[in-house]
Amino acid sequence: MAGTQNKPAAITLHRRAVVTRILRDRGDAALVCGIGNAVHDVASCGDDARNMYLAGIMGGAAMVAFGVAVAQPDRRVVVITGDGELLAGLGSLPTIGVEKPRNLAIVVLDNQAYGATGNQLTHTAAGVDLAAIAAASGFPSTALITDEAGIEAAIADIYDRPGPYFAVVKVTTETGPRLDVSRDGTYISRRFRAAMTGGG
Amino acid sequence: MGDQPEITLDRRAVVARILKGRADTLVVTGLGAPSWDTAAAGDRADNFYLWGGMGGAAATGLGLALAQPGRRVLVITGDGEMLMGVGTLATIAVQRPANLAICVIDNQRYGETGMQETHTAFGVDLAAMARGAGIEDAATVWDESALDTAAAALLGAPGPVFVAIKVTPAETPMVLPLRDGLALKHRFREKLLGKA
Amino acid sequence: MASPPDWPDTVFGALKDAGVRQVAYVPDAGHARLIELARGDNAVRAVPLTAEQEGVALLGGAWLGGEAGALLMQSSGVGNVINMLGMSAECRFPLLMLVTMRGEWGEFNPWQVPMGQATQASLEAVGVIVQRVDDADSVAETVEAAARMAFQGGRMVAVLIGQRLLGAKNWDK
Repeated sequence: MAGTQNKPAAITLHRRAVVTRILRDRGDAALVCGIGNAVHDVASCGDDARNMYLAGIMGGAAMVAFGVAVAQPDRRVVVITGDGELLAGLGSLPTIGVEKPRNLAIVVLDNQAYGATGNQLTHTAAGVDLAAIAAASGFPSTALITDEAGIEAAIADIYDRPGPYFAVVKVTTETGPRLDVSRDGTYISRRFRAAMTGGG
Repeated sequence: MGDQPEITLDRRAVVARILKGRADTLVVTGLGAPSWDTAAAGDRADNFYLWGGMGGAAATGLGLALAQPGRRVLVITGDGEMLMGVGTLATIAVQRPANLAICVIDNQRYGETGMQETHTAFGVDLAAMARGAGIEDAATVWDESALDTAAAALLGAPGPVFVAIKVTPAETPMVLPLRDGLALKHRFREKLLGKA
Repeated sequence: MASPPDWPDTVFGALKDAGVRQVAYVPDAGHARLIELARGDNAVRAVPLTAEQEGVALLGGAWLGGEAGALLMQSSGVGNVINMLGMSAECRFPLLMLVTMRGEWGEFNPWQVPMGQATQASLEAVGVIVQRVDDADSVAETVEAAARMAFQGGRMVAVLIGQRLLGAKNWDK
């Protein structure tokens, strides 16, 4: 496999616990959830009109969040997504890196697998370093997080630091229970927009 | 994103220099100026010029390299074209083809559409993206002094190899190669595989 | 050659009047003037994309955040957006796309023809309303109507700006 890439000694973080901890401090941040496990992780912390759950189509989460961030400059917008979903829209990183939206943070839960299709290995299992790609794309702050101390240290970066911010959190392939999250895009998007704009 | 060094390299001369030692390297070119540069260096049946499918040059090279492990494959493309298929860098890194090299002639412009700046003009670093993807032999060439080493790496170092060469946006004469996709395919395959 | 076209300037005015605040694009020669106008106007956020499907997602996000936007691309880029349009369709995001056509009038590059010929059918296949315009005097009014259909009618709408209008390149010696 890729020779000199640093790999964590062991991956121990559980995605559900990671997201629960991150969301504890969400305040009034908007969340855009990439398809698959990330949707269930976020929903498990409590459904919220400010959660935009994506479904079915890979590669769009970061750009959806960027569009929200531009439209809502006073609101923090956080992406929670998976490595496969992010890889499917990798060009979003230079696009966002050039524009440098200060209110955007992207957190990638990297289990190195395509969770929804049978846990086939993604490219990150072979050493693709998404944080390094984000840095090369112009993101002023990036992080690779492998333990709870790292999560704690990242909370301020996710929610307060001028962005764009990009963090990869290495997690195991264990998942939490799947919730019955609505896939009705019309419903989810209208309540999100109402929450963003304070209107209908 | 910080001060860039002054860019003075001429794209036409750079590509000619790289291809001088190509021997029997197979070449795939991304659409636009990289195709003209390659044709200007001398048309050959084992040049496959793309005239469309923007974003697909590196992946085309990967497929060819995997199909022909005993042959060197060199992709010559532009920054805009590479950006449109930038996920391919991860795909290539995972496959680790020892016989594949990607050369981006980076003028920081979309050459065919009015010379609008690409993302590399605003500091996006393609070689660093390649390294992040897992392509260890990845470098940016800013001037003449590094060109010979880069050419040697592109043509012979264990792959995958990635080099972005910064060139001026000065426009160069169009040298239009064959554009008939079917004819390009037939002559390339015949040269590579022999007559059917 | 003909003097630079006026329609991009009128179209830009129509976009602003329709409330467009985000303009996403992959550069295209036919859109060069419109891109320049968008980049030069502080009231509009012009976002250069590495690939067109980013723009579909971006404009979905813009709408979610309360803003209207437009995606400028060439017909070849339409091929890149088809899957992402499923999100716009499923979420009923209003979407306005301005597409400069290739592969349909005096095209010199054969590789542009398949997607140029497939543009309308592939957009319609995923539920986009397609409106074509082939004369300069009608472009702005078509864009204005399309914007109304998109933002007030709540639909995905694409205006295909005919290659005939764009001054087909001819590189044959």
